[in-house]
Amino acid sequence: MLEPLWLIPALPLAGFVILALGGTRLPRWAATLTGVGSVGASALLTLVTVVAFLGGLPDTKAYTRTVWTWFDVAGLSIGASFYIDALALTMMVVITGVGFLIHLYSVGYMAHDDGYSRFFAYMNLFVGAMLILVMADNLMLLYLGWEGVGACSYLLIGFWYRDPVNGYAARKAFVVTRVGDTAMAVALFLLFDQLGSLQIQELMRHAASVWTVGATLPTVVALLLLGGAVGKSAQLPLQTWLPDAMAGPTPVSALIHAATMVTAGVYLIARTHVLFDLAPVALTVVAVVGAATLLIAGFSGLCQKDIKRVLAYSTVSQIGYMFLALGVGAWAAAMFHFMIHAFFKALLFLGAGAVIHALGGEQDLSKMGGLRKELPLIYLVFLAGAASLSAIPLVTAGFYSKDMIIWEVFAATRGGTLLWAAALAGALLTSIYTFRMFFLCFEGPLVTPVTHRPGWTMTLPLAVLAIFSLGAGFLEIPHSLGGGVRLFSDFIQSALPPTALIHKREGYEVICQLAAAAAAIGGIALIWWLMLRAPQAGQALARRPAVAALSRFWLNGWGFDRLYDLLFERPYIFLAHIDRHDIVDGFFNLLARLASVLYAWAGATQTGRVRTYAAGLTVGAAALIAWVVWL
Amino acid sequence: MILIALIAIPLAGGVLAALLGRHHPGAARWTALAALGLDLILALAGLLPALTRPPQAGPWLIDLGLPWIPSLGIGFHLAADGLSVVLILLTLFLGIVAVACSWREIGERTGFFFFNLMWVLAGILGVFTALDLFLFYFFWELMMVPMFFLIILWGHENRIYAAIKFFLFTQIAGLLMLAAIIGLYFVHGRATGVYTFDYPALLGTRMPAGLGMALMLGFFVAFAVKLPAFPVHVWLPDAHTEAPTAGSVVLAGLLLKTGAYGLLRFVLPLFPEAARAFAPVAMTLAVAGILYGALLAFSQTDLKRLVAYTSVSHMGFVMLAVFAWNEMALQGALIQIICHGLSTGALFVIVGMLQERLHTRDLRRMGALWNQAPRLGGFAMLFALASLGLPGLGNFVGEFLILIGVFPQAPILTILAAAGLVAASIYSLWIVQQAFHGTAREQWRIRDLSGRETAILGVLTAAIVWLGVYPQPVIETARPALAHLRQAPDGAPAPAPEPVAVSGRQGEIDAQR
Repeated sequence: MLEPLWLIPALPLAGFVILALGGTRLPRWAATLTGVGSVGASALLTLVTVVAFLGGLPDTKAYTRTVWTWFDVAGLSIGASFYIDALALTMMVVITGVGFLIHLYSVGYMAHDDGYSRFFAYMNLFVGAMLILVMADNLMLLYLGWEGVGACSYLLIGFWYRDPVNGYAARKAFVVTRVGDTAMAVALFLLFDQLGSLQIQELMRHAASVWTVGATLPTVVALLLLGGAVGKSAQLPLQTWLPDAMAGPTPVSALIHAATMVTAGVYLIARTHVLFDLAPVALTVVAVVGAATLLIAGFSGLCQKDIKRVLAYSTVSQIGYMFLALGVGAWAAAMFHFMIHAFFKALLFLGAGAVIHALGGEQDLSKMGGLRKELPLIYLVFLAGAASLSAIPLVTAGFYSKDMIIWEVFAATRGGTLLWAAALAGALLTSIYTFRMFFLCFEGPLVTPVTHRPGWTMTLPLAVLAIFSLGAGFLEIPHSLGGGVRLFSDFIQSALPPTALIHKREGYEVICQLAAAAAAIGGIALIWWLMLRAPQAGQALARRPAVAALSRFWLNGWGFDRLYDLLFERPYIFLAHIDRHDIVDGFFNLLARLASVLYAWAGATQTGRVRTYAAGLTVGAAALIAWVVWL
Repeated sequence: MILIALIAIPLAGGVLAALLGRHHPGAARWTALAALGLDLILALAGLLPALTRPPQAGPWLIDLGLPWIPSLGIGFHLAADGLSVVLILLTLFLGIVAVACSWREIGERTGFFFFNLMWVLAGILGVFTALDLFLFYFFWELMMVPMFFLIILWGHENRIYAAIKFFLFTQIAGLLMLAAIIGLYFVHGRATGVYTFDYPALLGTRMPAGLGMALMLGFFVAFAVKLPAFPVHVWLPDAHTEAPTAGSVVLAGLLLKTGAYGLLRFVLPLFPEAARAFAPVAMTLAVAGILYGALLAFSQTDLKRLVAYTSVSHMGFVMLAVFAWNEMALQGALIQIICHGLSTGALFVIVGMLQERLHTRDLRRMGALWNQAPRLGGFAMLFALASLGLPGLGNFVGEFLILIGVFPQAPILTILAAAGLVAASIYSLWIVQQAFHGTAREQWRIRDLSGRETAILGVLTAAIVWLGVYPQPVIETARPALAHLRQAPDGAPAPAPEPVAVSGRQGEIDAQR
């Protein structure tokens, strides 16, 4: 059953080739069929693979299939080979499943766009590259997928190419992530130099046998890989590109900049967790980066005016949770939150897209409002997504995944109270910014009239995602809630080790859960009170000069953009500008000018007058004699 | 004999094109195309079967030595190994592309144009196969003169300055090489009593370190100018910018490669000690070129000049790899040589197409052209992505092999070179943004690609994708030749490539504990 594994990435890639070659000549129905159908078929094949994989457990925990040899030079043999285990399958299910829903949604969302087939071509290419990334059995092929999704992200952020702002956002995304990618490439060079392979499983075995815990080399390698991960996953200090990436069409934001590509960093760290286990320092850095990012992005999310930028900062913040989980060794919790996050964040983005679509392209939250009665279905699914993001206890999937992280950050041997407090504060921030957005969008008076209503291709994916955003949490019900259901952990455990906990008592767990629940509900209550119950108080608070200044600072993402502009962008442009005529060329031209000046001088001596020549001869002879005599 | 035929066919085709072209420009085009097509078929039919020879038969797949001026030890010695075969095929492939993209661009003195183009190609083929240093120098000069005419007669606004600059730089460097060749001739003659220009005989000549360094530098400067290496790259932007499209394609795709080939074939094998001593300097210059070229590319407003500076950056990778002198890096260098030829050649073709339509190369006047020419835009995007080293396209394989091969020897330089990948993404995406995206700055009305143009770019795309996903045939073809180059001159095998075995690294790892 696992033989046609290669078809899973090959189908979307074939879709890309057909769409790219067909271009605008392809009729619309054919473009739709190719674009959506290829990902749909890929999703079906993934499901079949999951069933076959579950049938093989627990005896066979991974399958490897080599399609061909990419290249083989001087001991470096790189195959186009796939490695499928529970971790890869989790990613594949989300990529193809959520990917298919988003493709279906795009049929309605992009229906009136000139670049309809170009859009699906890029989207298919993205899905193919992302599948290669997660299925690769070696770091080189992973890197191919890694850069491939980066290129697709660039192409899709700049999809509406006529606005230079979009082009800038696209190039920013590519260049900033490439800084991280380059660090990751150096990690590959170092790994091959030291361990003689790039095949992931072989590397992990070698690393564990030749490197000791805490040695320099694994730490350096892990930090370099982390460089790649923070770039792709928009974590500190390379987080600046993601909010601007919202320039792309909303389905792109849902698929690439929420559900799949931006979690590639999480996948990379989980995939190479053996290396990180050898480098406790690097793991601590991962946790600190995650905690800092989730707070910084959470504060920024509070103040955004654009609905998509709220969701973008929210994504940065939620991936911060995943990094925090990775950093304390809570591998399963990180992956569980990745999956649940993919559901509810895709839902929120697609819901926001439906709102934007309905309002004729309006993204400004201050021009929204009162949509509850106008778009009841969108209201309901958006509420489900917002509840799941805010982790409303018991009834939402977000609660189970986020609670798992918060608890393990507290209880894990690598965890700590400070990290736990950050996670808890983040939970409070999350519910505040989420429901601020929700209330601005759906409550109050109607501001902008509704012009479009979504068709079934848009509402069906929303409904499906809403069900998953609420229900998928029941895969994993903690003991303290009387469940002890561990379907996801048991599945992922075949690929990732369990978390080492110091606190095992359920009493702690219940307290932890109560605190998290209080943070979530308290946040909603607070923002409800400030916005709907006592709006005057809220407005008075917002008018306080300190609050206003802080909110401007957070609106601009803590000034990172301005800082990087000053530190890197301007100096680079300045250097390029002053040297645009190539100073080296100037030097050679100077030589040429010198030669022509000398030529003119020498030429000037040829006067044709005998007097001058005789004088020259006399002076020369005198000088010669003087030289001979006195020296 | 096949090697003589390979060189003679373009020479004869060029003469025929010149004669026919006086009255029938069309006939000149078809003659050039037919001659190169025939040459390519001949090369495929004659050279590829030779690749299946057993490896113990030596590296030379085809070896032809005829006496020429025996009293001076000059022979007409042509030979081809796997490296030459790959470069011959690249030459003919890009030669056909160059003819195809001149189809409508060249309207004046068509016959003489194709004569010059064919003679440049013949000179390049000679350079890639000559094994007698005198003969090599002959071909080296042969490819220079027609190129000079291509620039000065069919070039753009500032062509005279550019052509003279090109000529001066390459000529001065060539004379240094000639001096070094003659020096080597006498050193070898004094030591052995055999005065010869024959390359295999000159390998392993022993000489004092200082003299070896001086002779090595003579060769190095000639090849570094051709490559072009920082800081002697300055002729290239002018020559590229002013040359007609076919001239730029041949310059970027092939002429620069003769510099890389010279380093590979002559500098390191003939002067192993001197080259090893000089390697840190050369590698530093290479990295400087990578970064400087990328920065300067970004600063240009003339699209053709921009692409020209990317060559400085990309060829820096080749020089870095050559002086690392291990198998991985050399294989990477070869892939990079080919892929740079394809991708930069394609970018020049695209610039030519834009210039044909807009009559300008100024990026500040373009914008939003995707709108009207989506196919041209799509190809430009693809080759821009190739140029920034996107995996799946050939350039990535070259650059990655180079970096991973150089890393154990020079980690810091490798990291700096890798930073060039970031710089490459800045200028590559800038091209697409300025020319094809953004707002329209002027009201252009242009047509999309014709069938001929689509075919040219389509073939180049197929080649770059093929090398990106399955470069193994090229690697296999070149492997014995590169291994032979790397053997020490006295025939002893070179030390095994460092990075492979885990056990070999054990000591270092233990030392760290």
